[in-house]
Amino acid sequence: MQKIETLFVDLSDWFIAWLQSLGVPLAWADAILLLIQFLCIVGIILANITILIWLERKVSGFIQQRPGPNRLGPHGVFQTVADALKLLTKEDIIPSKTDRLIFITAPILFMTISVMLYIVLPMGKDMQVVDLNVGLFFFISLGSLTTIALLMGGWGSNNKWSLLGAMRSVAQMISYEIPLALSLMGVVMITGSLRLSDIVAAQDNVWFILLQPIAFITYFIAATAELNRGPFDMPEAEQELTAGAYTEYSGMRYALFFLAEYTNLVAVSALLSTLFLGGWQGPWLPSWLWIIIKTYLVMFLFMWVKWTFPRIRMDHLMAFSWKVLIPVTLVNIVATGFGLYIFKGIGG
Amino acid sequence: MIGFQHYLLLATVLFAVGIYGVLSKRNAVAVLMSVELMLNSVNLNFVAINRYLVTDHAVGQLFALIVIVVAAAEVAVGLALIISIFRQRKSVNLNDFNLLKW
Amino acid sequence: MNMNDLVFIVLGFITLLGAVGVVSFTNIVHAALSLVLSFLGVAGFYFQMQAEFLGLVQIMVYAGAISVLIIFAIMLVMDRDPNQTNISHPVNRWWGGLIALLFAGIIGFAIRESRFTGQAGSPDADRVGQLAELVLGNYVIAFEIAAILLLVAVVGAIILAKGAKEQ
Repeated sequence: MQKIETLFVDLSDWFIAWLQSLGVPLAWADAILLLIQFLCIVGIILANITILIWLERKVSGFIQQRPGPNRLGPHGVFQTVADALKLLTKEDIIPSKTDRLIFITAPILFMTISVMLYIVLPMGKDMQVVDLNVGLFFFISLGSLTTIALLMGGWGSNNKWSLLGAMRSVAQMISYEIPLALSLMGVVMITGSLRLSDIVAAQDNVWFILLQPIAFITYFIAATAELNRGPFDMPEAEQELTAGAYTEYSGMRYALFFLAEYTNLVAVSALLSTLFLGGWQGPWLPSWLWIIIKTYLVMFLFMWVKWTFPRIRMDHLMAFSWKVLIPVTLVNIVATGFGLYIFKGIGG
Repeated sequence: MIGFQHYLLLATVLFAVGIYGVLSKRNAVAVLMSVELMLNSVNLNFVAINRYLVTDHAVGQLFALIVIVVAAAEVAVGLALIISIFRQRKSVNLNDFNLLKW
Repeated sequence: MNMNDLVFIVLGFITLLGAVGVVSFTNIVHAALSLVLSFLGVAGFYFQMQAEFLGLVQIMVYAGAISVLIIFAIMLVMDRDPNQTNISHPVNRWWGGLIALLFAGIIGFAIRESRFTGQAGSPDADRVGQLAELVLGNYVIAFEIAAILLLVAVVGAIILAKGAKEQ
C-alpha cells in the first residue's frame, strides 16, 4: 500500500540518485528531472484529453437520449483517435490575407499558457512540479493571458467573424476574471496562504466546499465562462459566429486550439478539486488516484451543465457577471471576514 | 556579475525608448503605449532599489503596486478620451487635436 | 557567467526588443502585441528580483488587461489602412531621438559614476506577507486612495466613452 502511495515520488528520487551515481551534478539532475516532469505533464494531458473528448460525446449523447459514437471499437472509444488522425493528416491552410506571424503564433501561445498552468497543481502527496509561494495567484494570472492569444487569433485571421468572436470572448473572459479571482479570496483568507500545498493541508479536517459553498458555486460559474464552455459559449457559437476566433483555422492549428481548451478544462477542474474538495486527501486509495477521481467528477459536472442549459444571450451574460456574480462574491468575502473574526474571537 | 547598476541601466534604456515614442509618434494610442513603457521602467527601478538597497521591508514593491493601479486608471481614462475625441474629429492623429489653439 | 546573469541578459533582450517594437512597427496592432512582450519581460525581471507577487500582478494587469484594453481601443478608432497607423512625425522623430539619446547618455553616465553598495536581500523571506502588512498597515491610506481613484476612473471612462445624455 505504502509502495503504491509513494510510487512516483520514489521513482523521481531513484532517478536523481541514479543520475548522481553516473557523476551528474545535482543541479543538472534536477533540471533533467524537470524536463521529464514537463514531458510527463504533456503526456498526461494528451492521454486525458483523448478520453475526455470521448466522454464528452458520450455524456452529451446520454443527456440528449442518443447513443453517441458507437462504431469504432467498443462503445466507440477509438473515435477520438480517428479524429486526431484526421486532423493531423489535413492540409495546413493559411489564408493569403492573414497577418501571418500573428496567425501562426496564436494557437501555440494558447497551448503554451494552458500547459504552464499545470506546474503549480499538486497532483498527489509531494507531487508538484514547483511549489510557488503564490501558486494560486500564478494560476489565475496566467489564465488571464489566454485573452491575448484569442485576440491574436481573431485579429490575425483578418475575417469579421473571427474578429467579432474574439472580441466577444475577450470581453466575456475579462468580465468573468473578476468574480473568478474574488471567489477564491475566501479560501485564501481561511488558509492565510497562496501556496497550493498549504491550502490542501488546511483541508485536513473539513473540505472548503462546506465552509465556502457560495465561493464554490460562483467559482464554478465564472470558470465555465472563462473556459468559453456552454451555456456561456456565445463567443464561439457555431450557429451564429461560425466558431468565433477559430473560423479560419484548420487542421493541426485548429486542433491546437481545441486541445488547449480541453487542457484548460482539466486544469480548472483539478484546481477546483484542490481548492474545495480536499485536493489529494482521501482514505484508502493513493493520493494521486484521489485527485484524478475528483477531477473527473468535476469535469462531469462541467459537461452536465454544458448539455443541460441553453446558451445565454451576450448582454445577459455580461449583466450577470457585473450585477450578480461580483456583488455576491464581495458579500462572500465580507461574510468570510466576519466569520473568521468571530471564530478567532471564540478560539482566543 | 549582474548587479544593481545593470538594472538601473536597463530601466534607463527602457525609459529613453518611451521618451522617443512620446515625442515622435502621431497616433494618440501609440503615445499612450510609450507612456506605459516609461511607467514600467520606473517600476523596475522601484523593485531593484527595494531588492538591493532597502532589504528589510517591501516598500518599493508597494510603490510599484500603486504605480500599476494608477497606470490602469490612466489607461482607462486616456483611452476613453481618445475614443470620445475620435467620435468628434474622426481622427486619432495628435496634430488634429488643436481645438484649443485658435 | 552564472545562471542569474544569463537570465538577466535573456530577459533584457526580450524587454528591449518589445520596447523597440512598440516605437518601430508601422502597424499599431503589432506595436501593441510587442508591448505585451515587453511587459512579460519586465514581469520576468520581477520574478528574478524575487517579487513574485508583483510579477504576477504585472502579468495580470498589464499583459492581461491593459494591453487588451489598448487593442480594443485601437480597433474602435481604426480609420485607415492598418499598415499606416503608427507612423512617426517626419520632423519630431529626429528631435525625439536626439532627446532620448541625450537622456540615456546623461543618466547612463551618472549611473556609471555612482557608488551604490547594494547587497541582495535574503531570498527566503515571506514577501507576500510583508506586502500585505504594509498595504493594510502603514500605507492603508494610499491603498484606500488608490481604490477611490480606480472607482472614479471606471465611472469617468464609462461616461467619456459612452457619451453622457443631455438633460
